[in-house]
Amino acid sequence: MAQMMYWEAIRRAHDEEMARDPLVICMGEDIGVVGGTYKATKGLYEKYGPERVIDTPISENSYTGLGIGASFLGVRPIIELMSVNFAWLAMDQIFNSAAKVRYMSGGQLTAPVVIRSPGGTAHQLGAQHSARMEKVFMGIAGLRVVTPSNPKQAYGLLKSAVRCNDPVFINEHELMYNLKGEVPDGEYFHPLEGSEVTRMGRDVTLFGYNISVHWAMQVAEFLAKQHGIEAEVVDLYALSPLDRQGIRDSVSKTHHAVIIEEAEAPVGVGAEVMAIINEECFFELDAAPVRVSGKMVPIPYNHTLEKAAIPNAKDVVAAVLKMLGK
Amino acid sequence: MNVADKKRVLHEMLFARRFEEHCYEAYVERKIGGFLHLYPGQEACAIGVMEAAKPGHDYVITGYRDHIHAIKCGADPKAVMAELFAKETGCSKGRGGSMHIFDVEHRFMGGYALVGGPFPLAAGMAKAIKLKGGDEIAICFLGDAANNQGTFHETLNMASLWELPVLFVCENNLYGIGTASHRSTAVTEQYKRACAYGITSAQADGQDIEKVYEAAKVAVEHVRSGEGPYFLELCTYRYRGHSMSDSGAYRSKDEVAEWAKRDPIQILRDHLIKAGELSEEEFTAMNRAIMETLDNEIVPFAASSPEPKLEELEKYVLAENDPWVNPHVTGGTR
Repeated sequence: MAQMMYWEAIRRAHDEEMARDPLVICMGEDIGVVGGTYKATKGLYEKYGPERVIDTPISENSYTGLGIGASFLGVRPIIELMSVNFAWLAMDQIFNSAAKVRYMSGGQLTAPVVIRSPGGTAHQLGAQHSARMEKVFMGIAGLRVVTPSNPKQAYGLLKSAVRCNDPVFINEHELMYNLKGEVPDGEYFHPLEGSEVTRMGRDVTLFGYNISVHWAMQVAEFLAKQHGIEAEVVDLYALSPLDRQGIRDSVSKTHHAVIIEEAEAPVGVGAEVMAIINEECFFELDAAPVRVSGKMVPIPYNHTLEKAAIPNAKDVVAAVLKMLGK
Repeated sequence: MNVADKKRVLHEMLFARRFEEHCYEAYVERKIGGFLHLYPGQEACAIGVMEAAKPGHDYVITGYRDHIHAIKCGADPKAVMAELFAKETGCSKGRGGSMHIFDVEHRFMGGYALVGGPFPLAAGMAKAIKLKGGDEIAICFLGDAANNQGTFHETLNMASLWELPVLFVCENNLYGIGTASHRSTAVTEQYKRACAYGITSAQADGQDIEKVYEAAKVAVEHVRSGEGPYFLELCTYRYRGHSMSDSGAYRSKDEVAEWAKRDPIQILRDHLIKAGELSEEEFTAMNRAIMETLDNEIVPFAASSPEPKLEELEKYVLAENDPWVNPHVTGGTR
């Protein structure tokens, strides 16, 4: 298995799928000649040409809609929205066209598009470039939502998403493109549903996704060393649909649940996971589940305030110790 | 169009008129629910343009006033009526309704209810045609009010830039819901707005189907020959309100009466009678036959069809048994 950066893994998935199928195309702002803001499409313009690697104007709603329309006729577009904050402009086409067309056509028409977009707090990008939106996408019927936490998932989820017959939204993170990790040398398809136990434990389950899986892993190591607490870390790489069985299995084992999300808590992943715990395994709980989440503020520019607006390892440790009465 | 063609499109327009009138009646009787946007007055637009294109071959997309576009593309009127009646036999299996008629087999790619939403979808279909190398074109029918959406400007820019084979047909009926075009739009002659994007455009009388056909022939030929997109404005009028919940009270009786003098069915009928190609009796017989088909076949089919099954409420949300959901379990390959 080769070590590869997150952006390289995404680029490799693009390249393999485009080499295999001439109807796989990619489109977005600065993805062609420039090679992508995060290099996810580097070199593809030279290799596949401007008809298949399309530098779009800054018209998020309509180029997303254009990709969706192309998918009606069997094209498989991978659409990059440079920041998830810009995805609001494309919500009409994602929500009203892509997600609903199968249903409202009685199954005649499908929109097999992939929409990739990074969000999250990075380096003082300010309120309009730092928000996360997974909570919005995961509430939409007809749309799959996945969020890779490592290069292997970034590669394998994109490969599966391109071939899937549903529209898939891939939520990436501004800070994770240079993250290194192992990616299988041969072709690999990550399932679009399910969850992964990243670390086995017996005392408490830390649910994370995307960047918060890494925070959870750091916390778990710290808890083991300093407090003898064995935390299980569950990576919810599929946000819609969420893995009900995976959530139930882990909570039934540890009887304690903490959900870590970078976004603000209301109407979020944590709220959804807690609802699933209530529905699936309430009587397995030894304590009320807890969310460790961002504050309900637009992300500030000031660095100190910015850091305070999102959760950190200390917040998670404090939540776990309190829950376990230590 | 030769005489036989003209008689055929006269029949199609008359059928469209009577079809929509039956929809009106069924709506009043509460057999059709939701919103219902009717087409009387505008028949020459969809039928005339598609007469110059290839129905069932070219990809067509439109807004919510979509019944007649679907039928002209080849949709079975029984399936369209059954859709309005919310039945399983409807062309969208009762899941779509009046605003979401689909018949993908005949390349009618749907009616969409967000004003201006179909613009980029049409350009995307044109992009797909270009990638696949076919001789089809994409045709997008929308009203004048859609041109005040961002998607109009964004899409025309991309369609022109990338020379996409898409024909934009603007059915200018002078009103966006209840607001007159001159009260919402700085440049009311819609064809002029396409010029900003370097797109060839034209304006034609939308009430005289022969003029629509001639203008559309030029437009279709332009797009099909690879010269890029084309924008065709058709000046027309809807007799009824925007939808059934709109009485149209914002328009003067004089204005409506003035437009009624330029009725598309009347114009073609009079033309054929004057030329000695059609008799009053023939026209009356044509009308009677249409009414019989609607009353004895189409509406009863819709009325007697079964409702969708309750246990299939969640069908069609996502693909069934998609191997990529869990390729390790299903061994998904392609």
